[in-house]
Parts: sequence; structure tokens; C-alpha cells
Amino acid sequence: MQSVSPTAELPRTGRVLNYLNNGYTARSWLLSTDHKRVAILYLISVTLFFFAGGAAAVLFRLELMTPPGDLVQPETYNKLFTLHGIIMVFFFLIPSIPAVLGNFLVPLMIGARDLAFPRLNLLSWYVFIAGGTLTMYAALAGGVDTGWTFYTPYSSMFAKTHVTAAALGVFISGFSSILTGLNFIVTIHTMRAPGLHWFRLPLFIWSIYATSLIMVLGTPVIAVTILLVGIERIWRIGIFDPSLGGDPILFQHLFWFYSHPAVYIMILPGMGVISELITCFSRKRIFGYSFVAFASIAIAVLGFLVWGHHMFVSGQSMYAGMVFSFLSFFVAVPSAVKVFNWTATLYRGSILLQTPMLYAMGFIGLFTLGGLTGLFLATLAVDVHVHDTYFVVAHFHYIMVGGMVMAYLGGIHFWWPKMTGRMYPEWWGRLSALIIFVGFNLTFFPQFILGYVGMPRRYYAYPDEFQVLNVMSSAGASILGAGYLIPLGYLLWSLKYGKLVGENPWGASGLEWQTSSPPPTENFSTTPQVTQPAYTYPHTEELLLG
Amino acid sequence: MADTLVAHQFDDMDQQRDAASLGMWIFLATEVMFFGGLFAAYAVYRWSYPAAFAEASHQLNALLGAANTAVLLTSSLCMALAVHAAQTGSRRRLMLFLALTMILGSLFLVIKGYEWSHEIHLGLLPGATFTYVSPSPAFSATQVEMYFMLYFLMTGVHGFHMIIGLCLLMYLMVQAFRKRFTPDYFAPVEVIGLYWHFVDVVWIFLFPLLYLIGSK
Repeated sequence: MQSVSPTAELPRTGRVLNYLNNGYTARSWLLSTDHKRVAILYLISVTLFFFAGGAAAVLFRLELMTPPGDLVQPETYNKLFTLHGIIMVFFFLIPSIPAVLGNFLVPLMIGARDLAFPRLNLLSWYVFIAGGTLTMYAALAGGVDTGWTFYTPYSSMFAKTHVTAAALGVFISGFSSILTGLNFIVTIHTMRAPGLHWFRLPLFIWSIYATSLIMVLGTPVIAVTILLVGIERIWRIGIFDPSLGGDPILFQHLFWFYSHPAVYIMILPGMGVISELITCFSRKRIFGYSFVAFASIAIAVLGFLVWGHHMFVSGQSMYAGMVFSFLSFFVAVPSAVKVFNWTATLYRGSILLQTPMLYAMGFIGLFTLGGLTGLFLATLAVDVHVHDTYFVVAHFHYIMVGGMVMAYLGGIHFWWPKMTGRMYPEWWGRLSALIIFVGFNLTFFPQFILGYVGMPRRYYAYPDEFQVLNVMSSAGASILGAGYLIPLGYLLWSLKYGKLVGENPWGASGLEWQTSSPPPTENFSTTPQVTQPAYTYPHTEELLLG
Repeated sequence: MADTLVAHQFDDMDQQRDAASLGMWIFLATEVMFFGGLFAAYAVYRWSYPAAFAEASHQLNALLGAANTAVLLTSSLCMALAVHAAQTGSRRRLMLFLALTMILGSLFLVIKGYEWSHEIHLGLLPGATFTYVSPSPAFSATQVEMYFMLYFLMTGVHGFHMIIGLCLLMYLMVQAFRKRFTPDYFAPVEVIGLYWHFVDVVWIFLFPLLYLIGSK
């Protein structure tokens, strides 16, 4: 809590009451139903989870510097990549943009005083923390070695590690995401300001809406799946174990029915952030508003129909594989629509290369590369070759880290002055964006090659000929790690020493920029009236860009 | 008077009621997906082991199941009448129908509990206590155990929802007793009613799928 404590800035901003100086006690934070305070609670917690998951990655990247397994035991290695996967997927990526930026921005962007169910919102944070605590307990008590996918029957009958606690943690945190999604859908439907009809909404809202659909429709399925694994594991009653008459493929179907849409939970909000950044920093309306908006919905819907592409080599029917392959190609269409429209928005725009825009540009390039390599994997024959290799690892890290983490950091920088009332140091921001871009590519591009030449994922030792590429990857990871620590440092620094900003330091459109920074607890002194479409650039106000 | 019942984030009572109602519908959609996972597992194994499932189903008491279906449907009728009473501002009728709904809901659980204890007594509870021996080479006891795992899980999860529902009805009863509901403010009765009907509908699917397999 102390890390983002606003106490220090009271003397200078004390005259204006805002959500940060409206109470300083732990109680005023831990029992606050203000969506902005809940967002800050999420920001602190997901940051902790991010660095915990990152620490596991540091350890296994160190192990992979040399071909033989010398730093850690094979069992420890399995626990490290499992921990990394579980924390990053369930406790960082899924809550990152929706629960932090979404919580903070959804009511502000639609001109509401809060979410529809503020107490439910606070409850969802507690549920998240309960799930996270249980999973961290599993990690500290001895770890889990199933991989983040919990594949049966290994996870249910054979694994001797703390699978039950970790799975229960994931199960519990799922309810947090259901509650958050439910809250967003109801809020967006019922609480928009007068005049703010659907096609005037910022595209961030559309993407959060699409994400919420997946959260409420997908998450219950993983919940019941984990419940079944738990029953099989605790009572030894078969449902996924073939020796007890069960079918392990059924587990994979149920698991991926959620977990494939879940990767869209992890990228759609990022796409929403990018639409905001691209329009603001090229001073143009988005190219093809409704195409970008409906592309979000199309991704959410199609995303539910492609799960079988994770199972091409699992023994599912060949014909099912063909249908899933086709549909997986199909879902690339709305993703490509977005990339083309962002690029077209840049065309003849007045482009400003501030830190958030650097992240947005990084996102477009890396997401495109990640998306295109996804098509390789959706191709049946190619997938047989690269399945379960580093090619897959590189592909999803290009989407998840190159895409979502870039968008998250871009969004954090963009809305930082709104959230805290202070600007981060621009030079450091640009430097770290550059370091992260370079470090990311050095880490993950060699993994495409490693996978293509046949290095399987999840092994702690490998033949000598893979060493050069692995050393490159580990070197990149250390650069990437430094790149993430720099923003942590200067953002905390800026809480006290950052330049004070007015209500709209970027000259951005959008209702959230019409209230003070940081916003008052009730968000707006009077309910705003909306008369224009989104992104009515160019703005004529004098820009305060440094 | 009405203003005090509108939470600070809402503009007026209508917006608040819309939000509550939409919120409950979306919650019910998540419930459909949750039960959907169980129904998917049921479909896969019934398809794989039809003979075992039919035989296992005959171990249940279909008469008690049918009686319970009638009990639950009647409780849903009472719930609907309770919502109507709230709408028309008739507090006495509201409390009467809420009480009837709770009595019938509890009766359902009592009958279900009796069935469970009987089945457990017969050694049909999966796990260490499962003593069923297959009478025919057409299917194995393990397959029958699979059926009973799904049976106990699905009826158990349904029963858990019933218990939650009874707690919610109890809350409504207390609020009605305190004269909290008016013809302008009865959204809690309405959305908890939706939940109660949903739990009823789940049973409408469970009853034939579990009790009536392979009967002629």
C-alpha cells in the first residue's frame, strides 16, 4: 500500500479534494468502493505478481544459459516454469488492463460516478487476493509442476506437488474475473452519460466490453473443469483418467474452451488501449471506427470457436482439426482489420513520439509478428512440426508480452498523469520503452528459430548446438528485466517529484480528460453531456507536451 | 423517500433497477456456462457408456424424483406470485408466498437428502464406499461409478444453489418484515426470483437426464 501512498503530495494539492487525498487510513483504502481506489489496489497487487512471475523466469533463463542441467534440479525447473505460467496468466495478464485501467477508466470514460456495483467491485479484489494468496502458498510450500495447463491425468492422479492448492487458487481468482466482467457489462449498458450512445464510445470501452463477454461466458467453464480435476485428485474418482473410464481429451476440450478465449481476455484490452494511444498521438480520428469496434466483438465471438487448434496432435478427430484450423485462420481477419486501421490512422497524422506512443508502435509491430506466426500454428501440417517447441513459446510471448505488456505499459504511462496528477519523466520513459523493445526481441526472436530447428519447450537441458540462441535469449531477458525495473523506479519517483499536470496534459479527447487530475471521488462535478463522436481531433487547446 | 433507496452511482430508480436486472441475467448466463461444463461431461460419458448409464439410472427412485419436480415447480409458482405481490405492494401476500416458496424449497432438499442417504446406504456413493457389482458383462462397475459421480456432483451443485437460494429468500423475508419494499422498490424480490426460477430450470434438465434413462 505504501508504494503508491499519496500522503507526500498533500501540501501542494491539498486544496482540491480528489480520490487520493480523500482519506489516508488503511481502512479508507481497503474498504473503499471507489472504482479508482480499487483500481490502485489492483495496480499494486498485479505489479507484485508481475515481478514474482518474472523472478521465476530469471531463474529458468539462467538455467538455460548452458546445455546441461546444472543450476537447478529438473523438478525445480518444472516448478519454475509452472509458477511463471500460472502467475503471469491468471494473476497478471488477465487482471492487468481490465482490472487496473478498466476499473479506473470505464466509469470516467462513460461519464458515470462509479461502476454499477461498487461493493461487488471491491469484493472482486478480495476474491482475487484470496486466490493469489492460495496460489503463492502452493508455490512456497513446495511448488507445482504440472505446467500452467494442469493437463490430466498427470495433474489429477500422478503429480506429487501442491496441485490442489494452486488449482483452487486459480478457481477462486476466476470468480474475481467473472464479477469484474459482469460489472463492466452492466455499467456500459446502463450508465452511459446523456448523448453517449454506443458509436460515440471510446474504442477502449468496446474492447473492455468484448473482454467482459469472454470473462462471463468462459470463466465458469474453467471453474467447473478445475472442480472436476480437484474431485478426481482428492477422491480418486475418475472423470479424466483413462484407467478409471475417463477421457483426458475431455479435459483438454474443457480447458481450452476457456483458455483459448482467455488469450483474447489477455489481448483485447490491449487493443483498446492502442486505439486510444494511436488517435491521441497522431491527432486524428480513428480510421474506420465501427470496423475497429466490431472487430473486438468478432474476436470475442470467434475466439470461442477455435479452441481445438491447441489439440491438433492430441488425438481429436482429423475433421474437427480441419474445422478448427479454418476458424483459426478466420479469427485473424478482425485482428488484421485492427492493425490496418491503426496504420491507416497514422497516415498523414501529426505523430508525436511520446513514451505511450513508442509502446503503441512497439505493440503494432510485435503483435503483427505474433499474429502471423499464429497462422503457422493454425496450419495443421506445420503445427505437427512445431507443436510444443519454442516456436509456440515465442509466438505467444510476442502476443502476450510484445502485445499486452507493451499496451499495459503504454496505457499506464498515458493515464499516469490522470491517475496520480503527476507526469513521469519523459526521457526515462522513452529510454525504458526502447530498452524493453530491444530486450524483448533479443529474448524471444531466437526462440522462433530454436523451435523451428526442433528444441522442445519445458526441458531443462538441451544439446550443445542450441546454446548460442539460448544465450542470446537469456541475455535479452536480462535486458528486458532491467527495462521493467526502470519504469518501476521512475514511476514511484514521480509520485513525489513528478511535474504537476492539469486536467488534460496530452490534449486528448475523451471524458476522462475533462475532469481534474487526479479525479474527485465522484468523478465529475456535473454529469457530462456528450454531443460529438469519439476522437474529435485535432484539438485546438495549447498542448502541455514537454 | 425513494431517493434514499437509490445508490449514489445511479441517477434514478429506473437505472438502478435496470442494472440489477441485467446484472442478474448476466450472472445466470455464467451459471448456464458453469452447469454447461457438467452437462458436457455427462453427454460425453452417456454417449460412451449407454448401457451402464441406463442401468445406473434404474437404481434411482424415479417416483421421488418426479414428486420433487412437482414440489420445485410449485415453489417457482409461489415465487412468481411473491414477485407479483411485491409489485402490487401487498406485503402480507408477499410474506406468505415467500414463506411458501421457502417451505417447498426446504421440502425439496429433505426429499433429496432422503434419496441421497438411501443411495449411500446402497453403496452407490463413488469412492471407497462404492460397493456396486455389475450384473452384466455389457458394462463395468467403473462405468456405473462414473454415472454416480456425475449424479452426486450435479445434484450436489444444484442442492448447493438451492441452499443459497433459501438464504436469499430468508433475506427477502427479513426485508419484507421491515417494510423495505414498495411498488417503486422491489428489485431484490425480482432478481432473487429470477435466480430461483433458474435453479428450478436446472432441475428440469437434471430430472430426465438422471432419472429417466432407458425407461420404456
